[in-house]
Amino acid sequence: MEQIISIKPLLAVLVSLCVIPILVSASKQPNVREGWTFCAGTIKFILVLSMLPAVLQGKQIVFSLFEIAPGAALAFRVDGIGMLFALVASFLYIITSMYSIGYMRGLDEHGQTRFVSFFALAISATIGAAFSSNLLTLYVFYEILSLATYPLVTHHQDAKSRVSGRRYLSFILGTSIGLVLPAMLYCYHVTGTLEFSTAGIFAGQLSKPAATVLLLMFVFGFAKAGIMPFHSWLPAAMVAPTPVSALLHAVAVVKVGVFSIVRVITGIFGVELLASFNLGIVIASIAAVTILVGSCIALSQDELKRRLAFSTISQLSYIVFGVALLTPKGLLGGIVHIGMHAFGKITLFFCAGAIYVATGKKYISQMDGLGKKMPITYTALFIGALGVIGLPPSGGFFSKWYLILGTLETGHQILMLVLLLSSFLNAFYFLPIVYKGFFGTPPDTQEGEPVKMEEASFCCVVPLVITAIISIVLFFWPDVFVDLIKVGLGI
Amino acid sequence: MNTYPALLIVAPLLAALFTGIFVWIEERLCYPIAVLGMLISSFSAYKILMAVLSAGVIHYRHAGWAPPMGIEYRIDTLNAMVLLLITLIALINLVASYKTILVETPDRSGSFITIYLLFVVGLLGVTATGDLFNLYVLLEITSLTSYAQIGLGDKDRGPLASLNYVFIGVIGASFYLLGVGYLYIKTGSLNMMDVATIISTMHDSNTVLVAFILCMIGVWIKMALFPLHVWLPNAYSYAPTAVARVVAPLMTKVMVYVMVRLMITVFGFDYIFSTLDLSAAVVWLATIAILAGGLMALAQKDLKKMLAYIIVSEIGYMVGGAWLGNTTGMTGTILHILNDAVMTFALFLAVGNMIYVCGHVGFDNLKGLFGRMPWTMGGFVLAAFSIIGVPPTCGFFSKWYLVLGAFEAGAYHFAAALIISSLICAILFFRIFEIGFFPEPSDGDDHAHAHHEPAVMVEAPVSMLVPLGLVSLSLIIVGLYSGTIVNTIILPMLQ
Repeated sequence: MEQIISIKPLLAVLVSLCVIPILVSASKQPNVREGWTFCAGTIKFILVLSMLPAVLQGKQIVFSLFEIAPGAALAFRVDGIGMLFALVASFLYIITSMYSIGYMRGLDEHGQTRFVSFFALAISATIGAAFSSNLLTLYVFYEILSLATYPLVTHHQDAKSRVSGRRYLSFILGTSIGLVLPAMLYCYHVTGTLEFSTAGIFAGQLSKPAATVLLLMFVFGFAKAGIMPFHSWLPAAMVAPTPVSALLHAVAVVKVGVFSIVRVITGIFGVELLASFNLGIVIASIAAVTILVGSCIALSQDELKRRLAFSTISQLSYIVFGVALLTPKGLLGGIVHIGMHAFGKITLFFCAGAIYVATGKKYISQMDGLGKKMPITYTALFIGALGVIGLPPSGGFFSKWYLILGTLETGHQILMLVLLLSSFLNAFYFLPIVYKGFFGTPPDTQEGEPVKMEEASFCCVVPLVITAIISIVLFFWPDVFVDLIKVGLGI
Repeated sequence: MNTYPALLIVAPLLAALFTGIFVWIEERLCYPIAVLGMLISSFSAYKILMAVLSAGVIHYRHAGWAPPMGIEYRIDTLNAMVLLLITLIALINLVASYKTILVETPDRSGSFITIYLLFVVGLLGVTATGDLFNLYVLLEITSLTSYAQIGLGDKDRGPLASLNYVFIGVIGASFYLLGVGYLYIKTGSLNMMDVATIISTMHDSNTVLVAFILCMIGVWIKMALFPLHVWLPNAYSYAPTAVARVVAPLMTKVMVYVMVRLMITVFGFDYIFSTLDLSAAVVWLATIAILAGGLMALAQKDLKKMLAYIIVSEIGYMVGGAWLGNTTGMTGTILHILNDAVMTFALFLAVGNMIYVCGHVGFDNLKGLFGRMPWTMGGFVLAAFSIIGVPPTCGFFSKWYLVLGAFEAGAYHFAAALIISSLICAILFFRIFEIGFFPEPSDGDDHAHAHHEPAVMVEAPVSMLVPLGLVSLSLIIVGLYSGTIVNTIILPMLQ
């Protein structure tokens, strides 16, 4: 495979890191500060985009920084899968930055400079994880991301966020230090390398029991993926301001978790090794449980953001599930869901935040009839819901289609039933919100009284319109994502 | 070139003499003289490291006497690194302590500086010397000066803590001296290389065995290996700020260096790991030390005390790594001497700033500290991450080698202890962060953020912030260059 040495991956990581001192120094001038945020976000996206053509041609862009030990360096390598993830994350960062302005100013939040600074740090770490060329680098950025998001989750600095922050960190840091770190070191001890390669790194040095233990340590250890029973940090993290929930807990943080699992399965163990040990089905079953249980819990949640959180837990496991099928279509469906779910779910979070900014309502039971006041938001909510359920015309349909084909390839029909059942559950917990929003009666209005439009501010509404539209566009043109994955997996 | 090893030690020694005189004449001149002495010393240490890297081991014979009769300084990459570390930490601490010395020892600042310089001279000598008895002498200079410095601390408890330290320190030194005595009886030499050559032919001698064990116990007492640690927490937490900041990162680490030196140069891997069968027991002891240190740290209510117990736990890392019996583990130990010194120094610098501003660092006094002292807390956070072992700070990379060494040796309990210790440290430090980050719990108000008032910044003076900033950033730089450090400094020592 042809490799190009270029500093671009490093620059793409560093750009929002370097802008942090400027953000801090501009803390008294919010508009200047936000201007710099956009600047950095746009440069980052352009840098990522400029690498796209080469990656689509099947080349890899590499850049090596520091050799820590032989075979374990801090190094970047941009391939198709990493590109897909970086593209989605860096694009949505720009949109979310706009949304943050509307949200944070709309609610007159404190500590906005701290907020945008740690946000920039978090997105830097996300891109770093996407471009990691080996497990060590991935781990480094994974940890930075865990810590950078703590001040974002606990932004309100009240008793509730204190408890949630504690839960957040103890799950995420506890698993990464307690499970991933020893597993990674053991891999290095056995093989002397941590470099991702499609053939895996073990070359027959691993027995089946050892492989099982290591794989489970990785899958549960990357707790950002929200595999049960290490999922409960995600609903807790919903105390954060909504832009954080939207970008980090629907796109960046959780997807880094899933992405890490994808990398471990495809790059460390290798699909063939896992297939020969028959371990894919183990992971798929674990994911299937999370898919169904997560959806069921989501049904019972009344707080909108918590319902979205449990929906995310269940959807993340789709990705793990697809990859664990170890078939080409399953891998494709799973990985493409990283992108498809991102656009759908971020739209839903944006809507939840917009509703909160405009009306102060957090609970679904209070939202009857709200669709008449906020038609744009509710239309976007509907589209986002379609994307997550996996119905046309939304990009989510596409990933679900491939996932189902993947289950058929494995010959385990019961796995297909899991997906179908989950889709029903998704529909059950999303569509009533939309239905009641448009056709329900608001508790405080009389029958027949004209309803005034009360949308949230411009900065809140535009982002959710954009993400909703893209979510539909991806149904018609998923080619870029699909090509990237095919290039990345070599299929 | 060959004058630098002398200059390294003579510069602070002369500075100490002059400050001792100027105390009576013009006390204000003591501080600049000390800084000048440390600057020359640091520069020499830097030159020595460069020379060793390019030209190999430096031998310096005092007054031209050839070993084994005369005293020889023998500097290879390992002690060149430790020497640079000592001089830089002593220099930076001196700069950072400009204000605290005047506050904490107002009428004795000149005498304090004199003792401080002598302490540094002792540390440098211990590290540079190639002579077993000379090492003892310098070790006692170091210890005596550190007793005196610690005694200057907390009015009520400082002297008692120091007395405790004196008793135990003397016992430790006696063990070491006794060990050296046995070696001298057997070999008739005190020069390390000479002794090493002679005992390589007498591996089955009981005298050498006793000498080895006595030396090790002596060194372990001095470095506060659990359960010989009881003197350390009080001594470190009741010492004056300027002292705690230099004793905590350097004293124990230099003792670990002495242990490593005895193991790799004097007795040799072959003797320790092939002839003797002690390594499993010592690794278990280290495992217990790590966990015990962490658990005792959990019980503390004062930041300084907590850090002191973390040091006890870190000593376990280094002893265990050295005794795993493989190159990877020893690499981890040596790398951790460097890393632990830098991160402990950063932590104590931050704590010094807190004490300067807030008076004391009991947990109840740390509320809202992120708002009041954002820069200090920033440095503190980086250092804490390094202790926890979060990449890319340096603490992660020494842990990397230590855990790999444990896997290689099959010492899975030691690897587990290292991982658990990371988790304990995460709890310890995030407890502090929580106290510092969250204001007083408000009365069940959902919109607590509405009441946030911008915190009033009361930062430490710039002369204390800049050193902290430099040291905490160097945590990341040292971390990123660990590969280079291992390849150029540590591995040549172990082949």
